[in-house]
Amino acid sequence: MDQKELRAWEARCVQDETPRCTAACPLHVDVRTFCGLMAQRRFDKAWQTLAKVLPLPSVLARLCDAPCKAECVRKDAGGPIETGALERYCAQVAAPALPPKPLPSRRKTVAVFGGDLCGLCAAWELARRGFSVSLYCGVPGGSLLNLPESVLPQGALERELENLDKLGVDLKRDTDLTMALLDSLAESRDALFVDGDAWPAGFDNFGQPDELTLGTRRSGIFASPAGQPSPVLRAAAARRAANSVERFVQGVSMTTSRQLEGAYPSRLFTSLDNVDAAAPVCGDLCPDENAALAEARRCLQCECMECVKVCEYLKHYKQYPKVYARQIYNNASIVMGTRQANTMINSCMLCGLCEVVCPEDFSMAELCLEARRSMVERGKMPPSAHEFALRDMAFANSDACALARHAPAAESSDYLFFPGCQLTASDPDGVQAAYADLCARLGRVGLMLRCCGAPAHWAGRQAMADQSLSTLKEEWKHLSSPRIIAACPTCLNTLRQWLPEAEIVSHWSVLRAMGLPEGARSDGMVLAVGDPCAVRHDRAIREDVRTLLDRLGVDMVEPELTGELAQCCGFGGLLAEANPELGRLVAQRRADELAEDFVTYCAMCRDRIARTGKRAMHLYDLIYPGGAEPGSRPAPGYSDRRENRTRLREKLLRTLWKTDQSGAEPHEAVQVVFTDEAARLMEERRILRSDVQKVLHYGARAGAQFGHDETGRHLASWRPSTVTYWVEYEQQGEGVLVHRAWCHRMRIKGGRA
Amino acid sequence: MSVIKVPEADAAGWRCAACDEPLVMRPVELEYLDSLFNVELPACPRCHHVLIPEALALGKMHQVEQLLEDK
Ligand code: SF4
Ligand code: SF4
Ligand code: SF4
Ligand SMILES: [Zn+2]
Repeated sequence: MDQKELRAWEARCVQDETPRCTAACPLHVDVRTFCGLMAQRRFDKAWQTLAKVLPLPSVLARLCDAPCKAECVRKDAGGPIETGALERYCAQVAAPALPPKPLPSRRKTVAVFGGDLCGLCAAWELARRGFSVSLYCGVPGGSLLNLPESVLPQGALERELENLDKLGVDLKRDTDLTMALLDSLAESRDALFVDGDAWPAGFDNFGQPDELTLGTRRSGIFASPAGQPSPVLRAAAARRAANSVERFVQGVSMTTSRQLEGAYPSRLFTSLDNVDAAAPVCGDLCPDENAALAEARRCLQCECMECVKVCEYLKHYKQYPKVYARQIYNNASIVMGTRQANTMINSCMLCGLCEVVCPEDFSMAELCLEARRSMVERGKMPPSAHEFALRDMAFANSDACALARHAPAAESSDYLFFPGCQLTASDPDGVQAAYADLCARLGRVGLMLRCCGAPAHWAGRQAMADQSLSTLKEEWKHLSSPRIIAACPTCLNTLRQWLPEAEIVSHWSVLRAMGLPEGARSDGMVLAVGDPCAVRHDRAIREDVRTLLDRLGVDMVEPELTGELAQCCGFGGLLAEANPELGRLVAQRRADELAEDFVTYCAMCRDRIARTGKRAMHLYDLIYPGGAEPGSRPAPGYSDRRENRTRLREKLLRTLWKTDQSGAEPHEAVQVVFTDEAARLMEERRILRSDVQKVLHYGARAGAQFGHDETGRHLASWRPSTVTYWVEYEQQGEGVLVHRAWCHRMRIKGGRA
Repeated sequence: MSVIKVPEADAAGWRCAACDEPLVMRPVELEYLDSLFNVELPACPRCHHVLIPEALALGKMHQVEQLLEDK
């Protein structure tokens, strides 16, 4: 990612955009913060928020005609926030604030001609920018003095006139505002501003002030248009003029980059879903404090955060995509020193939910996958992040598990069943039953057991994914390119994307067309349907599955995030590998969506939800039920998953193809049992039964072991490649009872471990 | 390179099975991702076979691995 791409990513996320009220306010009052403080009864602080941006705050807060209301997001949920009423209430109760501190003197003189609201505001704005300002007027305040006490109470104007004095404005009262005076001021000062309500006769000759700059035909003279009824727009004209004067004396462009000076449209998106309508509590004024608090609490504190609301991962790192994009960019730019974002980058499930909910289609998945690929390319991917998953993938594609054959006794295949390596690992009996069913009802159905390559893809190892895929493709071609029936939604997506020449259908649509097999359960359960994240963009599958569940007599309950909005279980993107703790939180969040038992059609979703302790089943548990009660089938651990794949392959070869090909490796002969504690530790530390067998076979036999004086236990180690395994065990007859097992990646130089 | 001592490197009660010797603490070089550390670890005084105790593997050693991996 280069600077330009970073900026494009950042620009996409609107979370930092100005709230619509502030953007619509010609003076850009921070209405959101103001309302937040008002709601907390922090009136003095709220007042400071106003006084920071409003000229003559005690006056303007009382006169503000609140054009922000037209844009307030709340307007479609009961009515806009009555900002004007809140400002007035605040002006009434808050402690007065000091005027802003002017910037250091610029040694430039500006005259303000006319002291109605606009002139006073202009003097204020110019003085705080460091100009020496003299204000020429008759009676300061002009038409403001005609306002009733109820609108502008006694003292409010006086206070701000004192503040103008503190700002250093030289007030020339009782001045006759003639054209002659104007001419002489124009000669003697660096710039001149004319209040629209004080235009002397003949001033029209300078033409109407320019809309953008408020400049007139005469260089250095700026003016507000006459007859502007809105007080806040009069103040905004004053600010615009002050900005122009500043540009003018600096000699810079009068016109560039001024789009954000007045009101502008904001891109900030704020959802009204889950927002109850609430009507305004205050009208033009807030009757009392309670009303003011209630009104302020109606403010939605507008922000986007749509993606963060639905994604545990985005929430976990406490920011939002715009910030993450910058962190990822910085992470990649670090040459020396510690990278902070590697785990963050490797924790995205690449599930695509953010993109669906984001008003700007921001895809964190794309960003993170790209970052992973680049880390792999530059040799910066931490080895421990995905190695275990990639070894598992290699195992699923090894001779121990993989298989590609026509149906028994068939010479060709009309279809090829592709159950996927995780379904095979989770429920080998279900896969066997499904294959038998397909063969019985569809005729010539070949079988391919292997991994689709998704883990390599997720790990950012595109070369590895390509290689796995090209083997798959070769074998598929070797079977004369039959139509593929895929059971796993992730396989389906992966194959559709990378093997576009193949015709691929889901097992669910096949079952929908063929009807349910005999023996499918139909005992009217109430189940929460959990769509896997992989079917987010595949409505057809989701409908096939619901049709099947309906035919199974299942009463379906849908979680709030379903279908296109389905959450990932934590397997996606290899989150559970790179960040197991977060992986557990994610699975738990999904398990907690609904109280009902869970049914899904992805083996990983089912196993990961089952691991949280929730009763969860795969559609196969209902369609191809084994002996066990469907919700209670255990979620096999890492070793059992491998064993399930190996055994299934052997069993099918033996029973269907009548070949015995169990080419057991020597270490597999080691008889080993585990204490419960050992089994638990191994699962947590991702140590496989076969790792232990290798330690015992190769390590212990090579004499690399220790003995304990008191317990009589043995300790042996072995390093097959990048990880050293240690096994503490006890000899039991022919076999071995394992008490503890641990591992590390660091190597003893020149040693055996 | 100074030798690092770690309290987790305790291997009381273990002896080398091949040499039948109780273990002693010796400086050992550990390497990971192009970094080298000199650590005092329990080893057989005769054949120098090193023992990495569980507490060390999962504690300090794991921390350093993570650090070197730039997590
Ligand atoms: S709800 Fe609050 S933050 Fe949102 S636009 Fe209205 S005033 Fe501004
Ligand atoms: S986990 Fe899914 S929703 Fe969350 S950021 Fe990654 S792709 Fe988006
Ligand atoms: S949904 Fe997320 S990424 Fe999209 S604009 Fe909102 S905060 Fe930014
Ligand atoms: Zn020895």
